[in-house]
Amino acid sequence: MNPGRCAACRYLRRKCPPDCIFSPHFPPNVPQRFVSVHRIYGASNVAKLLQQLPSHLRAEAAESLCLEAQYRIEDPVYGCVGLVSSLQQQIQDTEKQLAKTRAEIAFLKSQARLSHAALEGNLLDNAVNINFSDHQSFHG
Amino acid sequence: MRSHEPRSTSSCAACKLLKRRCSPNCIFAPYFRSDEPKKFAKVHKVFGASNVSKILVEVPEEQREDTVNSLAYEAEARLRDPVYGCIGAIALLQRRMIELQHDLTLARARLARYATTYSASVGDTETDRFSMEALGEFPVACGGFMDSFSLSSYEVNQDAHMYDFTQIPYI
Repeated sequence: MNPGRCAACRYLRRKCPPDCIFSPHFPPNVPQRFVSVHRIYGASNVAKLLQQLPSHLRAEAAESLCLEAQYRIEDPVYGCVGLVSSLQQQIQDTEKQLAKTRAEIAFLKSQARLSHAALEGNLLDNAVNINFSDHQSFHG
Repeated sequence: MRSHEPRSTSSCAACKLLKRRCSPNCIFAPYFRSDEPKKFAKVHKVFGASNVSKILVEVPEEQREDTVNSLAYEAEARLRDPVYGCIGAIALLQRRMIELQHDLTLARARLARYATTYSASVGDTETDRFSMEALGEFPVACGGFMDSFSLSSYEVNQDAHMYDFTQIPYI
């Protein structure tokens, strides 16, 4: 038995070759990661997918596969798509709230402009009335 | 002379791809119709037929259609983005949600400032009888906005705890 086998080769009960596609991403101390991806995708699909990718992207791919597999195990009907739907709904609701708040701001701004204009108009009227009455008392 | 048995034309997309006879109780047949061959092809490429079959067998029959559709969605996402798949889409949506929450917080703060400033300016004109008469109808609407703001602030604080981004730390 090779004590240095990765989690995948241990699970699959085979030798772990030096160039094993799984070993950098499925270390033996975290066996559950491979169990999850194997259950959902199967070892050969995971191997094919990783082999297609440049080596510097394989770690990210393995990580996302593990996450998706975990979501699917926890929710066999929707998997991670449930979270996608939920986020899309939350985004829609928040966009509506934002639009409503911006409309309220626009309304207040327009009201403020109107009241400012009304105030200026009243001040002007007061000034004209004062001048006129002064003129009348002077000439009256 | 050989008798020609008519070929079955009722094979589902899965059995056609797998080149096998489509039995009457084929688990794939209700969800992978023969006129949608790409759907099964994608799911098979990512998950494999036997894994899909195992997943379908585990779920109640009335939920199998949703299961197949979500598997098809995930498969499509993985084929488009072999590195991140559906997780990439989730990360983008979460980022969008953070931006929107930030924008909403700013907009609500701005609304509160406008409402406060507007209330204050109405108060300052108490000595100007003409202005007070002109603006008398507005404080009710302003008060309504203040109420909706205070409720929304509570909602914002509640919402802030809903999103846990720790599950996708690497993106």
